Amino acid sequence: MEKVLTRNIGPDLQPTDLKAYEANGGYRALGKALAELSPKDCQDVISASNLRGRGGAGFPTGMKWSFVPKGDNCTPGHKYLVCNADEMEPGAFKDRLLMECDPHQLIEGMILSAYTIDADISYIFIRGEYVVAIQRLRDALAECYAKGYLGDNILGSGFSLNMYVHPSAGRYICGEETALINALEGKRANPRAKPPFPQVSGLWGRPTIVNNVETLCNISHIIDHGADWFKGLGLGEDSGTKMFGVSGRVINPGCWELPMGTPIREILEDHAGGMQAGLKLKGFLPGGGSTDFLTPDHLDLAMDYNVIGKAGSRMGTGTMIILDDQTCPVGMVLNLIRFFAHESCGFCTPCREGLPWTHQVLLDIEQGRGQPEDLETLAYQIKYIGTMGNTHCALAPGAMEPLQSALKYFYYDFKQHITGGRCPYH
Amino acid sequence: MNEPEIIQSDLTSVLSQQEIDEIDHELSHVPYKSGAAIDALKIVQAKRGWVSDECLQGIAKHLEMSAEELEGVATFYNLIYRRPVGEKVILFCDSVSCWICGCDGVKQKITDLLGVDYGETTSDNRYTLIPVPCLGACDRAPVMMVGDDLVTHLDNNIIDQVFAPNQVKKGSQE
Repeated sequence: MEKVLTRNIGPDLQPTDLKAYEANGGYRALGKALAELSPKDCQDVISASNLRGRGGAGFPTGMKWSFVPKGDNCTPGHKYLVCNADEMEPGAFKDRLLMECDPHQLIEGMILSAYTIDADISYIFIRGEYVVAIQRLRDALAECYAKGYLGDNILGSGFSLNMYVHPSAGRYICGEETALINALEGKRANPRAKPPFPQVSGLWGRPTIVNNVETLCNISHIIDHGADWFKGLGLGEDSGTKMFGVSGRVINPGCWELPMGTPIREILEDHAGGMQAGLKLKGFLPGGGSTDFLTPDHLDLAMDYNVIGKAGSRMGTGTMIILDDQTCPVGMVLNLIRFFAHESCGFCTPCREGLPWTHQVLLDIEQGRGQPEDLETLAYQIKYIGTMGNTHCALAPGAMEPLQSALKYFYYDFKQHITGGRCPYH
Repeated sequence: MNEPEIIQSDLTSVLSQQEIDEIDHELSHVPYKSGAAIDALKIVQAKRGWVSDECLQGIAKHLEMSAEELEGVATFYNLIYRRPVGEKVILFCDSVSCWICGCDGVKQKITDLLGVDYGETTSDNRYTLIPVPCLGACDRAPVMMVGDDLVTHLDNNIIDQVFAPNQVKKGSQE
């Protein structure tokens, strides 16, 4: 398979400096775009490539960018490009790798993206715990300013861009793009009501695009090689390659770049090496902690957005979390719900009050105090907390996804906890 | 511009000139002062380890916002510490992949060894133990951070090595 996102990432996981990055074709796309392509040309290539956002929602990147007002449609002032490097979804560990090992790939993608939407200021909003990535990105930015890839009049094109690394002060909710913008503005990171969408009114009320690290890492390659090349990388209907990961009790947990549409079985068995000795696969969350469980029956599905969607889950971040047959599914969901309850921003009632209630019901079941009617309570909570539109943002509905699918696939485990008055896995 | 100068002189007893200079540098990036609230909190915390009530009030005054509003910001973010912490903060990941890989037992081992639970600081003031959302190193679970260092593949042996008195070797610290 052709390596795209990981072309500069060797087994030693050493960072790629500017010299090595350029030697492998780096900043070629930037030179080409600034010399030969208009922002509209770049927009058209990205739209035609069918690149979908790699942060979890899978929204088409070209379409997102197309909503940014341009030319006479835009009032004078700054436009912003923000990289969402706030990787905090339980089980997600792909953006760390891309930033630590190839910071220039992200930066080149960001410069090209900013050029396309005519942004003059860009931020890499990165979680504060990623100290290695923060340092490597700062080093890479310094190299870019010295080389003239950032700053005023980049490569003599007349296009100017400043870029800053902005370490976050924490909280999962900052990964929600409007919450992230509030955090950048120095406020509590409560998500904003939409509309207006950030593309029109984002940071400081100005047009703002927020894209995930992996999404932005694709941009230079698409500009360099074209939309058709990118589409051809996928095995099924989705374009490009994807960073897929596996964590849990498998033989070789890790993160690999594979074609979109790679079968789950191949990721789990060939790359992750299958289950550890003595363990069987019971289920898995295909794309991080806020996606629905799938089961061994789904192993032959392709990791494409719509294929996973039709199976009742979501591709999410593409980083799977594996549930083995000796780990309690109720305990796993309890851990996830505790996480989401803790990370609720507290703005809306169903999330702030509902998730701790769900947590308490699950805790009772896991610790042997569950009552038969608790399962009805959980179903009620899923119905009302899990419905988009009942909450201010997608956090609480996302939290309900592993719970509702665990009740569907592992109902017997929940019943057994209640009738037996204890967790059978301990 | 008399008034800001008076505010500045009031602040010198709380915030250092260096802290004020760094905060003022951040102010050049934002359209209004409260926009630098989180940066200002981080600047003060970087110097002092945490943000005291006095510092919070000093920052609020400097940014021309109420202390209550700034407190709402400060307490929202888990990496802003409103209580003193030890020399190093242990950010212990107890999210799902680390849980599947046995982090509960590792956490118990830390608690037994250091005598602290979540939110507590060791009596020698070396460590404060705090849980943290998924650290994004799930392929190396269980993991934690000790200060700026990520420590992976945690088990009882590694905990013993990392927290051994006068430890030199640091397990699989990265």
